[in-house]
Amino acid sequence: MDGPLVEVRGLTKEYRRGDEVVPVLAGLDLSIARGDYVALMGPSGSGKSTLLNLLGGLDQPTAGEIRIDGVSIGELGSNELAAWRARSVGFIFQMYNLLPVLTAEQNVELPLLLTSLSKPERLARARAALALVGLSDRARHRPRELSGGQEQRVGIARAIVTDPLLLLCDEPTGDLDRKAGDAVLDLFDALNREAGKTIVMVTHDPRAAARARRILHLEKGVLAREEG
Amino acid sequence: MAVAPFALLPLLGGSLRRHRLRLAFTIASILIAFLLFGLLAAVRNALTAGVEVAGQDRLITTNKVSIIQGMPRAYFTRIGSLAAVRRSASLNWFGGIYQDPHVQLVVFAVSDAYFDIYRDLQLGPAGLATWRADRTGAIVGDGIAKRYGWKVGDTVPMKSNIYRRKDGAGAWPVKITAIYHSENQDPNTVFLHYAYYNETVTFGVDSVGWVISQLKDPTTVETTSRAVDAMFANSRTETKTSTEKAVAQSFANQIGNIGAILTFVVSAVFFAMLLVTANTMAQSVRERTPELAVLKTLGFTDNAVLTLVLAESLLVTLVGGVLGLGTATLATAALGASLKSFLPFFQIPPLAYLQAALYVLALGVAAGVVPAVAAMRLQIVTALRTS
Repeated sequence: MDGPLVEVRGLTKEYRRGDEVVPVLAGLDLSIARGDYVALMGPSGSGKSTLLNLLGGLDQPTAGEIRIDGVSIGELGSNELAAWRARSVGFIFQMYNLLPVLTAEQNVELPLLLTSLSKPERLARARAALALVGLSDRARHRPRELSGGQEQRVGIARAIVTDPLLLLCDEPTGDLDRKAGDAVLDLFDALNREAGKTIVMVTHDPRAAARARRILHLEKGVLAREEG
Repeated sequence: MAVAPFALLPLLGGSLRRHRLRLAFTIASILIAFLLFGLLAAVRNALTAGVEVAGQDRLITTNKVSIIQGMPRAYFTRIGSLAAVRRSASLNWFGGIYQDPHVQLVVFAVSDAYFDIYRDLQLGPAGLATWRADRTGAIVGDGIAKRYGWKVGDTVPMKSNIYRRKDGAGAWPVKITAIYHSENQDPNTVFLHYAYYNETVTFGVDSVGWVISQLKDPTTVETTSRAVDAMFANSRTETKTSTEKAVAQSFANQIGNIGAILTFVVSAVFFAMLLVTANTMAQSVRERTPELAVLKTLGFTDNAVLTLVLAESLLVTLVGGVLGLGTATLATAALGASLKSFLPFFQIPPLAYLQAALYVLALGVAAGVVPAVAAMRLQIVTALRTS
């Protein structure tokens, strides 16, 4: 499909605290091309994570429209949205959010449980994803047996195992030391350049943001400026 | 996108393994509840088995004052002469003791027609003929025969804790003339000849304890029972005639309303278990809020999350229920052997297993439904923020 992968028009998000209305995003417009690598920066409360959640269909906007690969996700029902998320988006969290009772391999296999793949096919894909992030030898380890950097790489493997259109990363290096953070960013580079994955990354870290093709600065719910 | 239920198994197993000690305690509580249920069901079965096998065409006549008061023997003859009665038999409680004075045996002195009425006591025509021909003969159940090693032809000394012999002898020598087998009657009963009993006891001579009447037409039970009691109304010994089923029920009710007791105890225990299991499930879901949010983020639907939590709850109650009922089955089998003389039908009836399966289902759903619905309604963004 031609055209941008992500199109955001007049996106508004407000939260209610009792009678008080707290605006977070105020009529934001945004376009992200296929294969782009975008870093979202801005001070706390600027709306970066809210934007990421809305792009991933984890939250509903107060107003405006989000189209991803031509699909207006605001029009999808709860089950359709869940199915769309499973198919189209890979999430990478700051705190990795792996299930502690499952092995690395089982964590990566998790999104594939929602597909019609057989168990051997699921395992083959999970192992390939783990190999891609360099963790084949840690497949049977549980998260508590892995370092933070390794956990995040398992998280990345889980995000890419379904071959989604879009990777949404919320402070992916925020809890890692510099070396582990660099390894994760190297992976993102490879996924973007070699696999053509579209990546949107929220970060406070200018070094991490510098790896992206575009850096968008949000302030008070609007796009303040753009670099790159 | 629907999730195949079996695809949730790795998640289910992982969730259950998270707090093994807590899981073990929860399962142990459910196990005890179902163990208690199984044992009480076996007790109820033992106490009401007589009611279940009681015949619809049989009437039992006893002294109106009490069943331990006898009736003149002539009553037996007069009842038997009624047109509606096919045949009748008399029954006297003997209070048998063999070897150990602390072990009460079920011994009755019966008239000849008894075995024509209770044809489900299988002893063969030869055995019955031998018994009828021998005044000191006894027909014994295969259960008691096995217990004491009795064989046909053996003569055993039977004592009574009620009666003494006129001749001062300590025991009644009785000759085992037949051994009966029955699918639904107590296999531990001993039957003596009424004539042998009546001619040797020091008191209660020419009286009978019960008269059992088999009717020609089962639909005449009401009119015949009224006719029997009317026959002896205003006499010194009035009678009370009921169907065998009503008498058996009345016996069971003397111990108490077993059904109500069982229902009350089981309800109380299951309610406590419901609270324990629901608390465990709620705690488990609360602890896993961020993980459930991650599952939803990955594309698991609200219904899949609901199913996961409910399945977890059902699995816990299923394991506890199976272990509890299994233990109860083994316990009743082990206890049944030693209780055989008092409670020959001390076993869990098939219906109780079905009831238990329904309780497992109900307990699992009731304990899991609130946390499952909470998990289903979880807002992903809010839940992820708590991680």
